[in-house]
Amino acid sequence: MDRKIRLIVAKPGLDGHDRGAKVISRGLRDAGFEVIYTGLHQTPEDIVQSVIQEDPDALLLSILSGAHPVLLPEIMKQLKANEIDDILVLGGGIIPEEDFPALKEVGVEAVFGPGTKIQEIADFIRANLKR
Amino acid sequence: MKILTETNTKKLDHTILAETERWIESVVKKSLQRVPERKKRFKTLSDIPIKALYNPNDIPNWDYLKDMGFPGEYPFLRGAQPTSYRARLWTMRMFAGMGTAKETNERFKYLIKNGQTGLSTAFHLPTLYGYESGSPMSAGEIGKEGVAIDTLADMEALYDGIDLGKISTSMTINAPASILLAMYIAVGEKQGVPMDKLTGTTQNDILKEYQAQKSYIYPPEPSMRLIVDTIEFCTKHVPKWNTISISGYHIREAGSTAVQELAFTLGNGLAYVEAGIARGLDVDDFAPRLSFFFNAHNNFFEEIAKYRAARRIWARHMKEVYHAKDPRSWRLRFHTQTAGVALTAQEPYNNIIRVTMQALAAVLGGTQSLHTNSFDEALALPSEEAVKIALRTQQVIAHETGVADTIDPLGGSYFVEWLTDKMEEETEAYFAKIKEFGKGSMLEGAYVGIRNNFYQREIANASYQYQKEIESKEQIQVCVNAFKVEDVSNKKPDLLKITEEVGVQQVESLAEVKRTRDATKAQACLDMIREKAQTKENLMPYILDAVKAYCSIGEIVDVFRDVFGVYREESIF
Repeated sequence: MDRKIRLIVAKPGLDGHDRGAKVISRGLRDAGFEVIYTGLHQTPEDIVQSVIQEDPDALLLSILSGAHPVLLPEIMKQLKANEIDDILVLGGGIIPEEDFPALKEVGVEAVFGPGTKIQEIADFIRANLKR
Repeated sequence: MKILTETNTKKLDHTILAETERWIESVVKKSLQRVPERKKRFKTLSDIPIKALYNPNDIPNWDYLKDMGFPGEYPFLRGAQPTSYRARLWTMRMFAGMGTAKETNERFKYLIKNGQTGLSTAFHLPTLYGYESGSPMSAGEIGKEGVAIDTLADMEALYDGIDLGKISTSMTINAPASILLAMYIAVGEKQGVPMDKLTGTTQNDILKEYQAQKSYIYPPEPSMRLIVDTIEFCTKHVPKWNTISISGYHIREAGSTAVQELAFTLGNGLAYVEAGIARGLDVDDFAPRLSFFFNAHNNFFEEIAKYRAARRIWARHMKEVYHAKDPRSWRLRFHTQTAGVALTAQEPYNNIIRVTMQALAAVLGGTQSLHTNSFDEALALPSEEAVKIALRTQQVIAHETGVADTIDPLGGSYFVEWLTDKMEEETEAYFAKIKEFGKGSMLEGAYVGIRNNFYQREIANASYQYQKEIESKEQIQVCVNAFKVEDVSNKKPDLLKITEEVGVQQVESLAEVKRTRDATKAQACLDMIREKAQTKENLMPYILDAVKAYCSIGEIVDVFRDVFGVYREESIF
């Protein structure tokens, strides 16, 4: 039997909106994934440390504060600096569509906005794992 | 109130009972054979089952004078004020804050020009957490979710040209509330408005931060000390200030049901009352200045029942349990904001209709002030155009529909009265649980409930349940899980964008303030706060001195972080 796909759900920055992150964590766990939720107020350093320690297959970053143009590229930069390039990174929360291309360019594979079904995210992860 | 009295001797009207049975057997069943009901189960968002029809037997032992009474009198079911909206409409108070103080000041003036009657300030995240704009923790956040405020200089710019003696201001600030209140007092002083003339509200409700909104800094007990300091200070010096706005809004946004919102919020309110009494204050000296803040969500009648129940529950507990004697201590006043979570990113213009219905529920429930969300808020901070439509929504309800012309127009509806009673009953069940945690104390119960994740778990369960109902289409969200079309003709709104340039400007202006202030004096103020924080003395006067010396919020909070420590929550989902 294959091992479970391992995910980290993280909340970067000062944003306290954790409803979506928690609902998604639980939904993905119920869909058969192993989910580690970092909790709130994670700096890019904290998140990269969690990735190094937990070695997940995918990293899901939930952000609703508008700080994504700064924090998400910073996380990607630090992952690269640590030679982590085989995990799938996804974004979610309130991120305007016009910001998607810039995030994609730094390696955030896809962004899931409000109204996304959990099944849709689960399917995307299974289809796009990098290892 | 019924639920505390003779519930065991329900006097049902047997003629109505028999006639109801006849109607169901001989009329309804036949009709259902032809066309069955749309759903297997009808229920509110709190999972309260809803019957097809309500009649007098649903509110047995109904005693008009005891259960409802008159507006402005105990038990305040029908309204907080005797004349309600016939004398004065609710305050139209739009929450605003973005970018620098100067930009938000322009937005304030725009809203006032368009007929807004009160101010409400949204601060950016670094201010809410007590970090300076230059702190690494503030990276990417400056001016994004609210206005960037570091020092008194920013507050002066924020309220520049707005007479604080004439308009009331609400500030959504919690952990650093005493500091922002001190800054507001200092701005008033500079404008020549003495503090006993200032009117407004600080949210200052830390319990719901641990439970739901999560912008806490210190552990609960020292946080509570700072809150009681503001209560004590305002009672003496800023008598017209609403010291706490006990907030269900964020509890609901985090995913709670309407019943949980009601129960946790009022439970927190009672906890603050106990904290004030423990400080040695007379309940009637501070309880009249406590105010509330509720959400207006989609289930129309449940929301109205919630506001009505809130007034009666609060009145009863303040009078019967905490023995307040001043009727103003019994009277619950509240602000309402329409539900952010109910807005959809899909076909955003439909949000205007959702907001209208939610705002109408708040008005029919007797709100004292109202914020209507802008239709573009599932996408970004609101644009000027979107904010204007949201304000116009309130003006249309107020001036064109006639709903404000009679008081509590739904009072006496069998359904609404039954639902009001039902929500009250379920709230009491939560109170009993919290009280049990605290061995008889609501304050201790709140601390215990926070530390053992009781509230967080209840809210997480409810929000997950809601998500499952959306995904199974038990709950319909128009254009999210039903009636979806790939429609490119729906014009995309122009969104407000806060650039990273704001951050650069703010960091520079903070540096400028620090260069030009009296450095020795600023340091002396911070040292004094450090010393006094370790005593039991009220900290407000020292905070006031420090903000006047242009100490930053970050500098003051850093001292408190040192003395009080920081709080970390266990992450459950």
